[in-house]
Amino acid sequence: MAEFKLPKNSQIISGETYEAPINAANVKTFKVYRWSPDDDAQPRIDSFGIDLDDCGPMVLDALIKIKNETDSSLTFRRSCREGICGSCSMNIDGTNTLACLKSISDVEGDVKIYPLPHMPVVKDLVPDLSNAYRQLTSIEPWLKTDSKAPDGEERRQTPVEREKLDGLWECVLCFSCSAGCPSYWWNSDDYLGPAVLLQAYRWISDSRDEQKRERLDALDDSFSLYRCHTIMNCAKTCPKGLNPGKAIAGIKSEMGQR
Amino acid sequence: MAQPRPLSPHLQVYRPQLTSVMSIMHRMSGAVLATGSLLLAIWLMVLAMGAEFFEPLNEALKHPVGQLVLFGYSLALVYHGLNGIRHLAWDLRIGLEIKQVYQTGYLVLVSTFLITAALWFLV
Repeated sequence: MAEFKLPKNSQIISGETYEAPINAANVKTFKVYRWSPDDDAQPRIDSFGIDLDDCGPMVLDALIKIKNETDSSLTFRRSCREGICGSCSMNIDGTNTLACLKSISDVEGDVKIYPLPHMPVVKDLVPDLSNAYRQLTSIEPWLKTDSKAPDGEERRQTPVEREKLDGLWECVLCFSCSAGCPSYWWNSDDYLGPAVLLQAYRWISDSRDEQKRERLDALDDSFSLYRCHTIMNCAKTCPKGLNPGKAIAGIKSEMGQR
Repeated sequence: MAQPRPLSPHLQVYRPQLTSVMSIMHRMSGAVLATGSLLLAIWLMVLAMGAEFFEPLNEALKHPVGQLVLFGYSLALVYHGLNGIRHLAWDLRIGLEIKQVYQTGYLVLVSTFLITAALWFLV
């Protein structure tokens, strides 16, 4: 049964306020979720005043600035700062995205930043993605073949076959979509979620893969695939502009056709 | 000893948007229709029981509360029907681009309003 309210240890209280420098002319307030395993405190929201004239354009720039200049204990994942590593996924201004691809100027009013929704929090903006990774492993996201490669070397694709993977291979596994899916919130134990199902479809659609049947069999129960109710929050929130909902509809269609 | 990990906020912070709002409305209208069908069955049974039982029930349905129940049922019926067409199209892999999802979403909302209004003012 879906639990709509946050458990007691997860309820959020208000936290510290850090003002911007007095001479700052262009100030924006960042309200950031904080929680540390090292004390007994509840999760809290800290407010950081940032001088935008002295900060890069993206939300990730502001987070790095806070960590460098105000509070070095602020914890978040980041790496490439250009939307290709998928590390800095978080909930910004009410939807999930990559902090490095989200312009501060796109946010009206205060910039509210939370970890990816409905995930166990390791610290601050770092969610525990173990369950999602375990689910990714379960769909065996690699090429599976029984035959030998035709020329003994490689398995070729026609341009048309290759095109079927467009819109699927670009996923950076940031899990913004899964963490934005209400169905995944309530059923993340058994429902694989949009990110993992998009990957499943990527391999089902691959002309070189020889275990499509087995892949479909593995998804053919009432939860793994069919907890998708085509809400479409996934496609709405994907920072790479991909469409997991459409991929899932593709798997459902394959199921129906066999 | 580290504290047990808290659960990050979800419904509390996620921005309501056409996609999720219309989805929950679909489910709620479905629940209204399920309950409404039961009431419809009761209404038919009372009808079969004869005029002496049926007349007072009909009077009750003319009462503002009765009218509200009927209005809610008609609204749910129209919305669920129209949005159901959307779901059928999606199952045929039609209209799944976000732009189309929004276009058909607004179309369903406007049509629901117009058709329900027409039912009440014209019929």
